[in-house]
Amino acid sequence: MAAWQTFAYIAASILFITGLKMLGRAETAKRGNRISAVGMLIAVVATLAAGGLDYTWIVLGLIIGGAIGALAARRVQMTGMPEMVALLNGSGGLASMLVGWAEYVRVPDVVPFSAVAIMLTVLIGGIAASGSVVAFAKLSERIDGKPFLFRGQKVLNASLLGLALLAAAFVVADATVAGGVGGVTLAFGLVLLLALALGVLAVIPIGGADMPIVVSLLNSYSGVAAAAAGFVIDNNVLVVAGSLVGASGLILTTIMCRAMNRSLANVLFGGFGATITAGGSASQGVVKPLSPDDAYFILEAANSVVFVPGYGMAVAQAQHVVKELADQLVKNGADVRHAIHPVAGRMPGHMNVLLAEANVPYEQLVEPGDVNPAMETVDVAIVIGANDVVNPAAKEDPSSPLWGMPIIEVDRARTCFVLKRSMNPGFAGVDNALFFKDNTRMIFGDAKATITSMVGAFKES
Amino acid sequence: MNPLLLFVFVLAIFLGLELITKVPSQLHTPLMSGSNAISGITIVGAIIAAGEGGMIATILGTVAVTAATINVIGGYLVTERMLGMFKTGKDA
Repeated sequence: MAAWQTFAYIAASILFITGLKMLGRAETAKRGNRISAVGMLIAVVATLAAGGLDYTWIVLGLIIGGAIGALAARRVQMTGMPEMVALLNGSGGLASMLVGWAEYVRVPDVVPFSAVAIMLTVLIGGIAASGSVVAFAKLSERIDGKPFLFRGQKVLNASLLGLALLAAAFVVADATVAGGVGGVTLAFGLVLLLALALGVLAVIPIGGADMPIVVSLLNSYSGVAAAAAGFVIDNNVLVVAGSLVGASGLILTTIMCRAMNRSLANVLFGGFGATITAGGSASQGVVKPLSPDDAYFILEAANSVVFVPGYGMAVAQAQHVVKELADQLVKNGADVRHAIHPVAGRMPGHMNVLLAEANVPYEQLVEPGDVNPAMETVDVAIVIGANDVVNPAAKEDPSSPLWGMPIIEVDRARTCFVLKRSMNPGFAGVDNALFFKDNTRMIFGDAKATITSMVGAFKES
Repeated sequence: MNPLLLFVFVLAIFLGLELITKVPSQLHTPLMSGSNAISGITIVGAIIAAGEGGMIATILGTVAVTAATINVIGGYLVTERMLGMFKTGKDA
């Protein structure tokens, strides 16, 4: 590698590090993203300019990929962002897997260390790729979002992983003898297939409410796969950038797990929500329904209102009318806030993105810890399509699977409106005692239509 | 294969863990999609495979370049779009 190329890669690495750091702070995030994009451009140009390459196919790939990427980024709706991120992540994992594969084909006899790197790249990249596709299918509801469980699932997964590692070890052991003939090729193909199968099997048992954790974990995997590819082609910039992404994905995963008071192992192997039987006393009680018109009279008199959005707001595309209602309430003299639980929605920060799209000012967005202490002073808490993140069972019922999860304690507000389609339990399949509390009023129907009619009532007055 | 890469790998992981602490939840999605775009750095390996290899490696490499470019371009643009929406009360 020429010296100038090394310098270019170092420059790219520095830009990635700086960009990622800036991406973590609100004031600098936009600049950070651009700085990291410049780093990427430098890395790509330095690679292309090194010479000795046949550009025909490279350019073709760049044009096709660039067009698809640009078009998808422009077209995607903000409500479709979780599945978009999953797909982008999948394409990154796929690319790393293919780089490992190509290197295996290209280099006739590799040293064992490189062979190990190739196998890890294929394995992790493959898992990230197929896992992301399943996550995409679940998020876009092309397949059922409920956990898919069967007897012996864990044993099967563990055996397949063991088999994959065994086959990979076989390839590594033989790599020094001969590259790509007979049994070794077969073993390599087996690793490839098993990696893809494992990605699918790892994601299907995970329920919709746990998706934020899975999405950030898969993000981490694709970073690690890129780093492993860096070992394969002996390139520092891949190792640095890949590790950074791996680490940042891991941090996000930890934040998400903490927000649910669960361990990562519990999320990955728990099959949350599928085994729960509706036996609790929570399902007994009387639900008190309320019409949007009556709700208006309560809202009209309220001085402090807290919105609690959840996945249902995304489904109903209600973020814009929520903003309208919030504006009406502010005009009416009320103090309005939007309390956002870290795991509300289907990816980390899902609700923030939707409300930002609707131009909700950042100052109105608060975290559970900001509203919970003074919840008694809140006149109306409006829960829009959120369920598990407001379920009081998390602090009242030790037998609940939600026990110990930090929630937004809307049950302590003076009045709590719950906007809901019907009485079906949430994604986790857990009954919600909140619906039966004395201060809770259920407003059934499509959230968007309900809020629209409330806004109408305000405008008429 | 250069064993120094392992050293770089471990240091970069630690750097990454130190770098991203206390991210406000507002930035969780952009951070995810932005870092996701960075993982498209594997495009460097894809370019080499597509431009240097024999027939099979070229085919694999070309698909890899395509996939990695989708990841890079899509990731950066989507992040840019999302960050463009975050406004404060003053300029909203």
